[in-house]
Amino acid sequence: METDVILLNEFCSTHQVEISFIRTLEENGMIETVTVDQSKYINTNELPKLERIIRLHRELNINPEGIDVINELLNRLDSMQQQMNEMKNRLDFYTKGN
Amino acid sequence: MEYIDYYQVLGVDKNAGPEEIKKAYRKLARKHHPDLNPNDKEAHKKFQLLNEANEVLSDPEKRKKYDQYGKDWKQADHFEQARSQQQYQNSGAASFSGFNEGDFSDFFTSMFGHTGGRFRNRQTKFRGEDYHAEIQLNLTDIYKPHQQVLTVNGKNIRITIPAGVENGQQIRIKGYGGEGIHGGPNGDLYITFQITNNTKYKRNSKDLYTDTDLDLYTAILGGELIIDTLEGKVKLKVKPETQNETRIRLKGKGLPVYKKEGEFGDLIVTFHIKIPTGLTEKQKELFQQLSKLS
Repeated sequence: METDVILLNEFCSTHQVEISFIRTLEENGMIETVTVDQSKYINTNELPKLERIIRLHRELNINPEGIDVINELLNRLDSMQQQMNEMKNRLDFYTKGN
Repeated sequence: MEYIDYYQVLGVDKNAGPEEIKKAYRKLARKHHPDLNPNDKEAHKKFQLLNEANEVLSDPEKRKKYDQYGKDWKQADHFEQARSQQQYQNSGAASFSGFNEGDFSDFFTSMFGHTGGRFRNRQTKFRGEDYHAEIQLNLTDIYKPHQQVLTVNGKNIRITIPAGVENGQQIRIKGYGGEGIHGGPNGDLYITFQITNNTKYKRNSKDLYTDTDLDLYTAILGGELIIDTLEGKVKLKVKPETQNETRIRLKGKGLPVYKKEGEFGDLIVTFHIKIPTGLTEKQKELFQQLSKLS
């Protein structure tokens, strides 16, 4: 399966972020990059996550470690929402006949 | 167009200093940021208002104009006329959180034009906004893959909804959200399904449940019963001496398993034995004979 990639330098230039910031994220295991011929690329699948990180960093002044915690909690929230939906459907089974 | 009290939005006094405004904005922004409140449209709107309020109150010049014209904003027309004489250059860029020009309130636009947004003048590429849609379906619709045409931002999207989708389930259609900005990739379209049960069955994931009456004689002596399923009627053998509340599992007569072609859940039938009423004298006599035998 083919996936699109963006050159890290280009991403940093267009989003006006320091490469060191992306490296910090990578070191913290928050994003993954791909190296081809000594050039670093970002998979476009990573973009929504990466752009969210940048937004949280810029708009709320949260450092990478804090964003990592937020991401973890958001993932847990997502998982809990899915569980809640399943439970709601099961509850409907006993109450509404759904 | 409604007057918006930006001081009230930020919860600060009209005499609040820049530090107090900054602190109030940051505190509320952390609470209502769209990334921290996914799928919450109210938080999205609230964050937009906070941005507007911060945009105006943290800029001394804008704050002065707002304080001058804000309450009687209609007078801002004079200001607007003067402003429109200047060459207005709209960068067309969206603010960072996925808002576009239309996301600023009419009030803000009338006062300050389309100049808002901390990141407004950057010609940066951004991924487009994610869209969220809801589709209402009947339970019978999900027995087979269901095709539906959605209109999103004037574009018709033909989607195939896989059979067996759950109530409240969300799917993502990549690239069908808002257009990317300055060549950035498009956002995604998230569809949430609301399934209405239009059948007599109860649903538990892939399994369906139904109750059926069974007459006393068939329950005791055994026999056959016709049961309705989603794909038609089936004949069911009833064993002799079947007890009340007995459950029979009809394999593969439930709902299709989501994204597993050819796999189906079961239909579980619960028997409710009906005790005959209005017995004749002869029937009562025979039951009495039976009771003496046992």
